[in-house]
Formats: sequence, C-alpha cells, structure tokens
Amino acid sequence: MGDLLIKNGHVIDPANNIDQLCDVLIIEGEIAEVGEVSKSCPKTIYAEGKLVVPGLIDIHVHFREPGDEEEETIVSGSNAAVAGGFTSVVCMPNTDPPIDDATSVEYAHRMGRQARKTHIYVMGAITKDRAGEQLAEMGFMAAAGAVGFTDDGTGLQDTAMMLRALKYTSMLDNVVISQHCQDNSLAGAGVMNSGYNSTILGLPGIDPLAEEMMLWRDIQLVKKTNMRYHAQHISTANSVELIRQAKAESLPITCEVTPHHLLLTDEACSDYDTNHKVNPPLRTDKDIAALRQAVAEGLIDALVTDHAPHLQSEKELEFLAAPFGIASLECALGLYVKALISTGVIDWPGLIRLMSTDPAKIIRVDKGTLGKGKQADVTIIDPKAEYTVDVNDFKSKSKNCPYNGWRLKGKVDYTIVGGEIRYSAKENAAAN
Amino acid sequence: MAMQKKNQFVWKRKHLLGLRNLRPEEIEHILDTAAGFEQISTRSIKKAPTLRGKVVVNLFFEDSTRTRISFALAANRLSADVIDFTKKSSSVSKGETLLDTAKNLEAMGIDTVVIRHSAGGVPKFLSKNISSSVVNAGDGFDEHPTQALLDVYTIRQMRGSLKGLKIAIVGDIAHSRVARSDIWAMTKLGAEVTLVGPPTLMPAAVKQLPVRVSYSLDDIIEELDVINMLRIQFERLGSNPFPSVKEYSHYFGLTVERMKRAKDDIIVMHPGPINRGLEIESEVADGKNSVILQQVKNGLAVRMAVLFLVNQGAAMRQKVKAKSQKRKA
Repeated sequence: MGDLLIKNGHVIDPANNIDQLCDVLIIEGEIAEVGEVSKSCPKTIYAEGKLVVPGLIDIHVHFREPGDEEEETIVSGSNAAVAGGFTSVVCMPNTDPPIDDATSVEYAHRMGRQARKTHIYVMGAITKDRAGEQLAEMGFMAAAGAVGFTDDGTGLQDTAMMLRALKYTSMLDNVVISQHCQDNSLAGAGVMNSGYNSTILGLPGIDPLAEEMMLWRDIQLVKKTNMRYHAQHISTANSVELIRQAKAESLPITCEVTPHHLLLTDEACSDYDTNHKVNPPLRTDKDIAALRQAVAEGLIDALVTDHAPHLQSEKELEFLAAPFGIASLECALGLYVKALISTGVIDWPGLIRLMSTDPAKIIRVDKGTLGKGKQADVTIIDPKAEYTVDVNDFKSKSKNCPYNGWRLKGKVDYTIVGGEIRYSAKENAAAN
Repeated sequence: MAMQKKNQFVWKRKHLLGLRNLRPEEIEHILDTAAGFEQISTRSIKKAPTLRGKVVVNLFFEDSTRTRISFALAANRLSADVIDFTKKSSSVSKGETLLDTAKNLEAMGIDTVVIRHSAGGVPKFLSKNISSSVVNAGDGFDEHPTQALLDVYTIRQMRGSLKGLKIAIVGDIAHSRVARSDIWAMTKLGAEVTLVGPPTLMPAAVKQLPVRVSYSLDDIIEELDVINMLRIQFERLGSNPFPSVKEYSHYFGLTVERMKRAKDDIIVMHPGPINRGLEIESEVADGKNSVILQQVKNGLAVRMAVLFLVNQGAAMRQKVKAKSQKRKA
C-alpha cells in the first residue's frame, strides 16, 4: 500500500480539535502524522484552499441488495457513496429478503469488500422479516458485525415487542436500536404531510403526530431500559421538542435529520412530482426552522441522506402509487452546505462533526477521526467550488432526485479510504 | 348580454385540470360559453360542427355513468369522434402503467383526453407527459371541475349571480373532489360557503380554506340560499368515520322536517348518485326546491363548453408555436 501526503490543506478534525492549515501524512493506510510534515512523498495531493476532513459517514442508506438490484446494488451504491465523499455507510435492512440473520449481514459485508469503495456497515432487522412479530437473531447478527438494529422502512408498531427488543439488546455490546418513528394507525394510507397542501390536493395526509407518538412512546421505553436508542430522520418541530426533553434528562438517545427535511416543504408536492414523495413526508417551513434550530443547538447527532433509490418507471406513476424515497447520496454534502452553512446555522467544523465524528460514535466504530494510527479515511472538499446537480452524472443506478438542476456549493475532490484514493473528481471528470 | 362579455375575453388554456388556479373571469367565460351551447340541445337537430374531425377519448379508470355519458354526448353534439375507454384498474395492479396507456393513445392522434381516475393528480401528470388537451373528469379527492361548473351554472341560471349567496356543502368533505372544486368555483364567484359534516369527514387544514365550517346543519339551515348534499360514500365507511348511517342521517340528512325551517326558495342540489333516505329524503330530492335533474341537464352544456374551449386553447398555442418557429427559421 503506497503512502500518501496531503499538503497544505485546511485540516478540520473535530475529534482532535484541529482546525488549521497543515499536512496529513498517510503511511500503510493509517494516519501517520497531522501537522507540518517535512518529508516528501512520491504521491502527494496539494490541497491549498481545500478542506481535509475525516471521511464522511452516512449512517442511513438503502442499497437494495439483495432483491432490488435494478434500483441499486452494493457496488453502484458504493460508487455513489465515494462520489459523495462518504468513506463509510450504514445499509438499512429492508432489502428483499430483509437482512435479518447473520448470513445476510455477512453477505452485505462481503459485497462491500468486493466493491472496494466505501466501508459497508449494516443494521439488521429487529424482527424476523421485519414483520414486527418475532425477534430476529440480533445476537448472531451483532457477532457478525451488525452495528445496530432497526425495522426501518416501517416503525416497530407493537409496544411490548419494542420494549422486549430494547431489553434484549441491552446485553449486547456496541449496538444501537434505531427506529423509523411512525405509528401506522395514525399514518394510515397517507402519502404526504397532512396539512393545507394535502387538503387542497386531496391527497391522504400523514399527521405529524404519527411520528411524534412513536418517538414519545420509545422515549418512555428507553427511560425504562436505558438502552441506546437512535431516532431516524426526525421531521417535525414537536419531535425536536421531544428530543430536547429526552436529552435534558440525559437519556441515551440520539437522532438524525436528512437534507430534504431541512430544505423542502410539502408545497413541493403540489405538482404531484413523485420525486418529492418521501417518508417521513416533507413538512412545513415551521418544521424546517425548528430542525435547523435543533442543529444549531447541538440537538441533532447525525446528518444522513436516507438515500432511497427507485427506478424511474416506478416513480413515473400516480402520486398515490409511486414508492417513497429520494436518492441524494452524491449531492448530500452540497445540500448540507446550502441548508446549514450558507444559512449560518453551523460552520464547517460543526458540519464535519455531524457528518463524520458523531455518526461514528452512534454506530460505535473507530472512525470519524484523523488521530494518529487510525485507519486513513479522509475526504478532501473544495468548499468554494460550485456545480449543478445532474442526475445523469450519478453513479447511483437511480435518478429519483428532486435536486436535479440545483446549483450547489461544496464539492468532493477526493475520497480516500484506508489510505487509497477511491474517488477523484479530476479522474472522474476525465472519464466522463 | 352574456355573449357580450364573451367577446372581450380570450380563452388560452389547453387543459382543464381544476378550478383552484382559474381566475373568476375564466370561470364566468366557461359559463357564458355554456349558455351559448345550451340552446343546441333544444333544436331538432342537436348537433354543431364545432369539433368536426377532432378526436376525444373518454379515459375512465373509475366507475362513472353520468359523467362519462355526459362527456360522450357533449363531444358528439360538437361532432367530434368519441372513443370510450373504461378500465377499472391502475398501475397498482401491475398492468400497463398509466403513462404507457396514455402514450399509446396519443400515438393514435388524440386531440382531447377526458380522464377520470381514483388517484389525485393524474390529469396534471398526463398534461405534463402527453401533447393532447387534458380535461379532468374527477381525480381522487382532488377536483371534479366540470361538476362544480355545472353546479355554479345552475345556481347562476336560477339567481343571476352567486354574489353574496349563502351556500352549504354537506357531507364527506374530506373525500370529496366535488366539494373541493365547488369551494373554488363558488367562492371565486362571490358566494359564502359553509362546509357541514362530522369533524371526522373534514380535511386536515379545513380552517385554512376560504370557507366557514359547521358541525350542525340545524344551526345554519335557516340562512341558506343553496344547499349541496354530498352522497355518503359507502366505500369510505370502512374507516368508521361515524358510528352508523342512522346517526349520520339524524345529524346531517336533508329531511322534510329540516326543510320546513329552510328559506322557501332554497335551492337543493346533489351531484348524484343519490342515496334516497340517507343523506336526502325522497320527498326533498323530488321536491319543488330540488334542481338535481336540472344539474344533470346543464352538465351537458358545460361539458360542451369545456371541450370547445380546451380545443380552442390548444389551437391557439399551436399558432403561437408555429409563429415563433417561423421567426427562428
């Protein structure tokens, strides 16, 4: 494995309180030195004006393998991930069949290793077949390397089952229970946020309460079990309040937000454009303001994509019939810059903390840091570069992206995984 | 007098997808045009050559008798070729997708697609994906613009204008495309609309609509100039929005007893089909205040007007397009 020197970049490493111009030396795939490196290296990246940060980590993606390989595979998803600057991703278990046993966890890991792009982590299902009726073999899955458990795609409806899952997993090390908070009895057949826009469009709505009720319920269960719990993609102002209270009580609760819930409202559905059909649904300006405020206050622990690829032919349906989901892995960084940095909500170190340092803590992996001796996962970002999102350039197999044509700032130059350059914007442009 | 107004106004729309985005003068123009067509139905030869050579497809993905026949008849009277396509399914059932169906029809050279579909937004979706004119004949819980147009046409016929009239729409508002289109049409023409029904059948953000809401028909019956009774949709009762039909009729049915407290000349409307004895008692449905059959009759003139206007709008766009292409060349 060759050595690599990153020269004169602006290094931001929140884990080690570094925010300064300096060099990063990588030897044998590990961080050897961060500071002024005097020795030269045959392989050197000159990073003047660029940000050099611990590799970005997205703890919520859907790579559709096995089962829906026409939408995404672990290979195509991995290519998309490194193009987006992500050196690690966590795949959700709602594949077909779902990832609900150790063999499936190992399969995803193996496909990830073969893809040789980004680190692939997996959350297993809490219940067998994600059916909510019987606990899946979470012990075996944890032993196989699953970083957590979730029935994502849906929330675990049965309260007693959820309590049992939290109790049981509290005996396992380093795993987290992660929940798509949505009470199905309230969400019903809803396809968008319940409010003025669903009223005038005549589309069945999903009441914000559907999310808040389950989040509230789970917080009560966490109080009882003290098991680590992660609330996925929170989307409403009241969810923020629930998280605020839970954190004030020092409960072991973390949460994440997506770019779409920080940038888009349910008004975007008024054209019946199914690329805006997503679950949880796009909410209102008030919710966006509350979520941004939560980010500013440090209530949010991770910025994720919930990258949910779907075929164009599936999305080109009636709004009622089209599947939920947005593919945004490749433009996520620019979206977060737009939502949070350009608006002054947080600065770059704050963003890197939420896109690398803190997500690593949630899934308990020794990443999100440029500490000496750590595996060299590094992302180099050009913070001033502007570009136009073009879904045709996506490595992802799917193009269901409502940001197509958006002008964004903040571009990934290099994605380095284990000391190897796995993505280079320059080479990518030359190849196109 | 109606014809005078018509001459000053130029209709430009190629589609009729809903009434929410129409200006009041556009709605009035449709009504004026319909008034012109109404007398065709009274002639011995009930046909005009207006749309000769044009093809209209009735694309109905949901059960409908009166709307489909009304559109077919309207197109026939304007001498268009009419094709009926009824298919009670959608892409959910994994057959041909809606888009494929529409594109296939378009390939055969269709001028106007009249679409009825159980999913809201389908007419808009079609209008963006095919080059024909699209007329919404009812989509999901979104809109049913021609029904609302014939409603306001009927009211205008009786009272000359909707300005200041107090109108109640009673029943399942949440799942009603008729209610939505009525709200836009009636309020744009100056009426004061009150929605009446149980809270469980009101849409989520009803307070943000330009209407009043009442949960008691008895409270407001005396002040009404017009009452529009929506039908109980039995297919919605699975979600149990009210305890029983009997209890619903008790609170929200238009009974002979309630009619005694209404104004003498109250106009009683119903978009049909009627559930006699449930939302409306037979004596009221057939009574002197009822204009239910008049509504059906007027539907024909209104749909003739709509088909005529969207074809006119399409032709105008074609002309503008050709002109700009000529300029470029």
